[in-house]
Amino acid sequence: MSSVRADADPRPPGSAKTTGPILTVSDLSVAYVMDRGAVAAVDRVSFELYPGEFLGIVGESGCGKSTLLFAIAQLLNPPATVTGGSVVFKGINMVGMTDKQLMAIRWRDLSVVMQSAMNALNPVLSIGAQFKDAMRAHGVTSAEEIAARSAEVLRMVGIDPVHLNSYPHQLSGGMRQRSMIAMALLFTPDLVIMDEPTSALDVVAQRSLMVHIKKLQEELGFAVIFVTHDMSLVSHFSERLMVMYAGQVAEYGATRQVFDTPRHPYSAGLMEAFPSIRGKRVPLTGIPGRPPDLSRPQVGCWFAPRCPKVMPVCSEVNPDLYSVQDVQVRCLLYGGPAGGTARADAAAPAEEMSTGD
Amino acid sequence: MTDPAPEPLLRTEKLSRHFKIGNALSRHTLHAVDDVTLAIRPREIVALAGESGSGKSTIARLLAKTYKPTSGEIYFGERPLSSIRSRKDLLRYRGEVPMVFQDPFASINPVYHASHGILRALTLHRPELSRAERYEEALRALTAVGLSPAADIMERYPHELSGGQRQRIGFAQALSLRPKLILADEPVSMLDVSIRIGLLNVMASLRDQQGVSILYITHDIASARYVADRLIVMYAGHIVETGPVEDVLTSPRHPYTQLLISAVPDPRAELNVSAETDKGEPPRVIDPQPGCRFRWRCPLAIDECAQVTPELRQLLPGHQAACHVAVASEPIRAFG
Repeated sequence: MSSVRADADPRPPGSAKTTGPILTVSDLSVAYVMDRGAVAAVDRVSFELYPGEFLGIVGESGCGKSTLLFAIAQLLNPPATVTGGSVVFKGINMVGMTDKQLMAIRWRDLSVVMQSAMNALNPVLSIGAQFKDAMRAHGVTSAEEIAARSAEVLRMVGIDPVHLNSYPHQLSGGMRQRSMIAMALLFTPDLVIMDEPTSALDVVAQRSLMVHIKKLQEELGFAVIFVTHDMSLVSHFSERLMVMYAGQVAEYGATRQVFDTPRHPYSAGLMEAFPSIRGKRVPLTGIPGRPPDLSRPQVGCWFAPRCPKVMPVCSEVNPDLYSVQDVQVRCLLYGGPAGGTARADAAAPAEEMSTGD
Repeated sequence: MTDPAPEPLLRTEKLSRHFKIGNALSRHTLHAVDDVTLAIRPREIVALAGESGSGKSTIARLLAKTYKPTSGEIYFGERPLSSIRSRKDLLRYRGEVPMVFQDPFASINPVYHASHGILRALTLHRPELSRAERYEEALRALTAVGLSPAADIMERYPHELSGGQRQRIGFAQALSLRPKLILADEPVSMLDVSIRIGLLNVMASLRDQQGVSILYITHDIASARYVADRLIVMYAGHIVETGPVEDVLTSPRHPYTQLLISAVPDPRAELNVSAETDKGEPPRVIDPQPGCRFRWRCPLAIDECAQVTPELRQLLPGHQAACHVAVASEPIRAFG
């Protein structure tokens, strides 16, 4: 069990702490239940999200980041099931809600932008018709109102409203992703959940979309949970950053802190895995080994087999989340029976692991 | 190429590939690749970078002889590829210039052992080998790409291998043919970030230890910088800039290259949002008119850009750009 609660972490100044969190995820666990046993894909993840906040979640494929998103949005399909914990959105626990109850919330208060717009949009309907569907489902029936609002949201994301008559295949990848985001904003929700919305785009379109999302977020005040495998992408946009590994939170804290002084050896390794476009050309090694197989549970830290700082205790004790300054880290260097060898000099943690340039 | 460098292994001359689109009532031509002249020398990694739709994959397919050029020619050594007619010659060429694909989950047959593709490629492309020699060759290739113990890996099924291991199998398959040049189309973009570097290191070792050249097609400029010797930047079917990778990245002369470099997310740099005007919309390559294809997005475009298609000009030693505005002495600043 985590010994640290999220209310222990101070937030960056300016975040609306007084209003309380809009989303509270507590000890959320998800398992894929199959004949040969259950695989824990998300393991006791807790965090709070305040109105207007931008949370980045990064990790490799199979680390549970998309499963976590789907669990928050209550979009899981069997064999995936929530096995514990709660998702409290605007004061109501969404876990266990019926489809009908969820329908009232979806699009209106909470919307999801999927990874592949080509698959998420209906290929045989025009963009405008799909917007109309969503609005009608939520009780907007006036054709004028629908047309006006559809044009308005498209303009917001920088697309000419003539494209309401376009079909998805007639749009570029960037425009498709933008129209997905426009659709998510139809009802000005309080929370927009995004699952790698930029991964199919090239860097120029990607940056443009990120800047646009950030701008809209500041204007409209919605909170964002943004999942990506590309850590450097969120570095400039998210206030808080969660690094996931093997279904667990490996490190969670203010984005700048995690970037400048990565505490968990895995976060430090991830930073080292990107060749840089500037600075010296240095040989990199990446992280040796491969992501763990979650269907074979093991004792000790999941990252131990790949960890450059592994200690004997790592294969004996399951690390909890330990609080180091304002950051939570799941690593025995910072707590547990080893006493947190790195804690003593927590002021300058993981110096030799930082990006070092 | 005007450098006094060794004879190119493979070069193209005014290579173009157009596709007909539309129906009987509306005929259009999509210019995927236009007038591309490039050279790949022995023992070098050339990165071909550009956004989706820039024509970089079309070039790979032209070089692999899966597409026929609309015009222009490809020379492998002295020999024009259009003279390759017989199946025997074609198999030999494809053995010398094999391809590695983007998706390691789709490019290996899931119902056979990992060794199947390698052994089968050897039977096809190097028929002179005996069964035992093929096995030895597969072992050698697997070891060279860092898969060990190789004999054990050969017995595994693809689902038992990670994405990184599968992509190494792809490179091993290419390497077992004793190639001169490997065409690698986005070989790492499907892999997790923590293992991408490992694959890039494999590519570098293939060049350094095995003497193979690699055409590394990518949209990730940072990885191109990490592994490549030279960089070719494409936009809308044209080469817009080419040169030694470090020269191009430190002093990009073409506005598009500058845009591309400025858009790479760099957690260590401050974000410059004020320069944000470009949405990254794809270029217009259907029935293009003469003129620079980047001019709609270029803040420095002049009248000439709308009338004359810029040619590649040598601006610095070995460093060329196709831009009317670019000059050698002082880099122009369009983005970043």
